[in-house]
Amino acid sequence: MTDVLVIGGGNAALSAALTAREAGASVILLEAAPRPWRGGNSSHTRNLRCMHDSPQDVLTESYSEEEFWQDLLAVTGGQTQESLARLVIRGSQDCRRWMFRHGVRFQPSLSGTLHLSRTNAFFMGGGKALVNAYYRSAQALGVQVRYEAPVAHLELEGGRFVSAVLSSGERIAARSCVVACGGFESDREWLRQAWGQNAQGEWPADAFLIRGTRYNRGAVLKDLMAQGADAVGDPTQAHMVAIDARAPLYDGGICTRVDCVSLGIVVNRLGQRFYDEGEDFWPKRYAIWGRLVAQQPGQVAHSVIDSQAVGRFMPPVFEGCRAATLADLARQLQVPTEAFESTVNAFNAACQPGTFDHSRLDDCRTQHLHPAKTHWALPLVKPPFYGYTLKPGVTFTYLGLKVNESAAVHFAGQPSPNLFAAGEIMAGNVLGKGYTAGVGMTIGTVFGRIAGAKAARSAYAQPPEARGAGT
Amino acid sequence: MTVVLQSLVVQAEAARVLQICNACRYCEGFCAVFPAMTRRLEFDAPTVHYLSHLCHHCGACLHACQYADPHEFQVNVPRVLAQVRGKTYIDMAWPSALGSLYARNGLTLSVALCLGFALFLMIAASRNVSVWGSQPVDNFYAIFPHQLMVAIFLPTLAFAVIALTMGVRRFWAETPLGPATAPAMTEAAAHALSLKYLDGGHGEGCHNEDDRWTHQRRRLHHLVFWGFMLCLASTSVATVYHYVLSWPAPYDWSTAPKVLGGLGGVAMVVGCTGLLWIRRRRDRAMSDPKQSPMDVGFVVVLLIVAASGMALALAKGTAAVPALLCLHLGSVLAFMLTMPYSKFAHGVFRSAALLKWAIERRQPLSLKAVGD
Repeated sequence: MTDVLVIGGGNAALSAALTAREAGASVILLEAAPRPWRGGNSSHTRNLRCMHDSPQDVLTESYSEEEFWQDLLAVTGGQTQESLARLVIRGSQDCRRWMFRHGVRFQPSLSGTLHLSRTNAFFMGGGKALVNAYYRSAQALGVQVRYEAPVAHLELEGGRFVSAVLSSGERIAARSCVVACGGFESDREWLRQAWGQNAQGEWPADAFLIRGTRYNRGAVLKDLMAQGADAVGDPTQAHMVAIDARAPLYDGGICTRVDCVSLGIVVNRLGQRFYDEGEDFWPKRYAIWGRLVAQQPGQVAHSVIDSQAVGRFMPPVFEGCRAATLADLARQLQVPTEAFESTVNAFNAACQPGTFDHSRLDDCRTQHLHPAKTHWALPLVKPPFYGYTLKPGVTFTYLGLKVNESAAVHFAGQPSPNLFAAGEIMAGNVLGKGYTAGVGMTIGTVFGRIAGAKAARSAYAQPPEARGAGT
Repeated sequence: MTVVLQSLVVQAEAARVLQICNACRYCEGFCAVFPAMTRRLEFDAPTVHYLSHLCHHCGACLHACQYADPHEFQVNVPRVLAQVRGKTYIDMAWPSALGSLYARNGLTLSVALCLGFALFLMIAASRNVSVWGSQPVDNFYAIFPHQLMVAIFLPTLAFAVIALTMGVRRFWAETPLGPATAPAMTEAAAHALSLKYLDGGHGEGCHNEDDRWTHQRRRLHHLVFWGFMLCLASTSVATVYHYVLSWPAPYDWSTAPKVLGGLGGVAMVVGCTGLLWIRRRRDRAMSDPKQSPMDVGFVVVLLIVAASGMALALAKGTAAVPALLCLHLGSVLAFMLTMPYSKFAHGVFRSAALLKWAIERRQPLSLKAVGD
């Protein structure tokens, strides 16, 4: 019998598998996706958030435990569990050496992301390069990797893991198990039910695009919850970004984001503004716009800029609608021309004189306008005008399995002796809502390593007769 | 017409792919292509030509790409930039007609030229010596007088240099980036000579058959390049011996021309064979299959040049010398004549692109984009 079975094939799963193997356990890793799509959402990531007391390789200055914790507290609005959050934060300071040993290389923060150079270590080549490195290391260490092996059901005995049943019907027994197979964002029906119907009779989740893998269907999460595993989080909470409406249904990744929101205005399909586009720096606000757009009629919105903004934001992957007049832009965006023009005119008239500076919270703001635009408010007057249609893009869902400091899955408040969870499937313990760049990979790496170590220990703690013969 | 259409399709594809890359930027640490890309918002033909020659075809960005096949975006930077490069070798060749000639059938043409010239030389030589005879021959100049060789090779080389200069001047003028400063030139030279951008950005090499890093290609390329330089040095020293010291060939193994040439020849044979070998195992996804004959053709000619040169040195004093000399000189002639239209040109264009980048990266950024 195998010592440790790891379900999942992304960063957290690989971190668990490598750690368990390093501890001497025999390990099978089940990746639901075929090989070219392996790695789940990790393939779309680019960095992890790390605490550090002094400048270290690619990280500048310092980022203390307390500052990291305060950042997490702020973005989650307190919906986090401090003991687990601090475990993640502390674990983030020394995990890079381990990552390096398994082939991950780092690079200075990318152009356009200088604000992250202090807090986030970027993977050279991004998440797919990291995933490739881990799979190479797993192969070299003798982890048995199986692709196209989605798990449908876990067989449990009173909170103890016994075996996993694949969709194919195959049954794989192991002494312990780590579930690290992501959220449920690609189960469209579950997402639909979670978001329900709005007052207009729409099913908002039907309009959502999924930024990551199509293989995160939440089958194991659903199965474990049905068997009494304790859950954390709200099924509608997720990392959600407003992305280009033309993005693919799955795997659009980073490039489909539209970064000009704070440089112009955003209108809904009625041609009306609905939120302060200049509330704070874009990197601190981009993750709220997915929900904002989801709450608009038709779950669409349009980011509108004029030529003054060109070159001031990360270039978008798709060309925007381009028009010489506001009326023409309204026509192209299919919003009511009169309403759109009056929105822009009212906004332009409300802009107060100031000194525009996109690198700080400047004094260009509107007056007597609702909702206000509190920074970077420049009248939209310089044609051509550009418009980008936005839709909600889900990165990953936060509903997950409750765990403790040992990453153990809980049943009726009791930790399982041999079933552990890591990554997005338990990120909700730390992230009740909100997000701060790179924290998902930090949670996955730190908890992946904890889960792998505990699973290996659990396998070895079992009496020899239970461990059977031949591993 | 179809050639023009193909060019437009390749250019459009390169621009499409680079726009996706520019919105992602994960690959910035690998090489110079991506930092150069982030300085731009649009990718017109001259820009794409410039970026294509900055690309060393290491494959890192393909293996790391979240948008590569089977993703619907179908991003494949190494392949599309290879296609662009292939196009520029032809478009920028001078005179243009020869460029397209070579592109059509690199391997056959190269080998045919080597053998054709060799045959021609054998016929010419048979007037002085017995090419297939049994008489041991020691002195090359008994077969071909020194002046005759100079009269054949000097104009050929001069033509190649002029043609390459014309081509790279077209390339240089397409994307004006200002004058070259001494630091920029030093950096570009260092990066070209060390093959900096085959180190993967982390210094651990580039990709061949899969997502593992390897130094194979970099090392083999070094063997070919530096072997070639040693052979060039050998010829140069021999020229000095001949004209300045009035010490004509043949030379002993203890002399500088023989030592340099011997080392260089061995390095080239090993390097060329190795490059052809690893090429067979290279991941097909990253290459432009259309250029395969051109790439292989060039390496094969180099291999014939080096191997026949080595054989000639070893055959000294035997009856095989006239035939080997004809083969060696024929292949050298073929190599020189095709220099501007063969893969040889990549070194010239790449060095120019590296110099462009060394100039450009010293200039302030005109875009100040802020992202998430």
